[in-house]
Amino acid sequence: MSRFEPLNAGNLRSDGRRPLELRSFSAELTTHPSADGSASVSHGLTQVTACVYGPREAKNRAQTMHDRALVNIEVEVAPWAGEVRRQRTKGDRRTAEFAASVKATFEPVIQTTLYPRSEIDIHIHVLQLDGGLLQAGINATTLALVDAGIPMLDYVSSLSAGLYHTTAMLDLTNLEESDLPSVTVAVLPRSGKVTLVSMETRLHVDRFEEMFKLAMEGGKVLRGEMDKVVRERTKVLARQMEGGAAQDEDRMETDDL
Amino acid sequence: MPRDVEPSINQRDFIFSAIQQGLRVDGRSPLQARKTTIRFGNSLGWVECSIGETRVVAQISATVTRPYFDRPFEGIIVIHTEFSPMASSAYETGRPSEEEITMARILEKTIRRSEALDREALCILAGQKVSVPHRETNTKIVRGQQVWTLRLTIQFLADEGNLLDCACMAAMAALRHFRKPEVEVVGDEATMFSPEERAPVPLALHHQPLCVSFVSLGPRNTPVMDPSRLEEQLAHGKMTISLNAQKEICVLQKAGGVALPADEVLHAVNVAVSRVRDMSDLLNRSLEEDSRTRVIEVR
Repeated sequence: MSRFEPLNAGNLRSDGRRPLELRSFSAELTTHPSADGSASVSHGLTQVTACVYGPREAKNRAQTMHDRALVNIEVEVAPWAGEVRRQRTKGDRRTAEFAASVKATFEPVIQTTLYPRSEIDIHIHVLQLDGGLLQAGINATTLALVDAGIPMLDYVSSLSAGLYHTTAMLDLTNLEESDLPSVTVAVLPRSGKVTLVSMETRLHVDRFEEMFKLAMEGGKVLRGEMDKVVRERTKVLARQMEGGAAQDEDRMETDDL
Repeated sequence: MPRDVEPSINQRDFIFSAIQQGLRVDGRSPLQARKTTIRFGNSLGWVECSIGETRVVAQISATVTRPYFDRPFEGIIVIHTEFSPMASSAYETGRPSEEEITMARILEKTIRRSEALDREALCILAGQKVSVPHRETNTKIVRGQQVWTLRLTIQFLADEGNLLDCACMAAMAALRHFRKPEVEVVGDEATMFSPEERAPVPLALHHQPLCVSFVSLGPRNTPVMDPSRLEEQLAHGKMTISLNAQKEICVLQKAGGVALPADEVLHAVNVAVSRVRDMSDLLNRSLEEDSRTRVIEVR
């Protein structure tokens, strides 16, 4: 039906990337002044902001647990995020499913047992959407949790992969996502274990393995990028705590603290 | 929203220590499923499926409606999942819980997104329609409407674990069992025949995806197929794989939970392949048996 060519004769994709090339990834920590931790992540044209509030006293007393913290996820997709302006209702099933996946991904990774009877609220705002909603959401949440100083077992890094004939591709755009079989994988890079796998398109079992393993490898690479951002930010904070030295530029960067 | 009662510590310890020895409370081995039965009702497209004590009813009805304006050549399929407190006290009428939404979404992806049903085959009249008066008593002239809308209602009767697999099986059985009235199109005019006049025709299906669910149980996260309710409650993580008999994965969903090594995921996929083959065989056999006893053709 469609005339879209995912891979041209020169082995380049529609946006000029090679099959295993990721989109430009950038992340920023402490983007939100009032949150305990926040991060903004962009994979190419997909941009997601996550804010973490807590651990704090639970608002909903009935849901508190005596031995661990409750993780609560709210997702909001901006109406202008996609190609077509679309207002999503509160009870939108796709958004609810997305929130449930993120929650189940982070519940075992966050050390919730350290904060009994409390609540950790995570708000995810999708500002721009060009494929890879789940991966961007998970990566932003990881960074926001790190920024909030909430103890976790490991980073969770997520990446999507697709398959065109026999060529596997990483980090799909919206155009590619709607045309190719794709999988989103979230890994715990240190142990190399996979915590989330989500595939919604038809694909033969024999083809799945290659795509799946590549997405896992890609996730580990992404973890390195995320780690760099965290270390940069920590350096700035450490220097500020030392006081005195090198104030000038740093205060400009992080005047919200 | 009431929280489900958690299993007692004794129950948990017992199940966990048993699973470490490769045993389950109901005597199954970890990768063994319970007995699946399919029962067809009197009307076409009414199917009751049970896996162990879990019971689900799927029912299909078809009406003629207008197509969606952006898809004028495709029929419509609507999937309703009805969770009631009758299945388990964990469900509440009204606002669906996260678990219910996830389940409904997987069903939707398995049946609709994987194109199990040929939606273009549900189109009756693609162009402009002309209204024509009735000619015969038993036949209907279709006016101003051109595609079939199928309503697939899935009612959960009892939840003893693994509702999703049971629901998917029931839904696919219902889709294969159902027949829609025959329609004849001459020019711009469509005539729908009653079952007495012409035998109703089965739906056009591309393939037959079925779900297989696993949970990770115990201190070593042993993969367990076809979990019971108690095992589901105690599980550290859940994974659902939808496959068809041609070994194509339609949905693979492991939404969080405990992290698994990649090989374990791939192993589960391979186990699911053989399980789906068995389930498809069972479904084909039951349908065959039913068609032998049922009279549909016009005498």
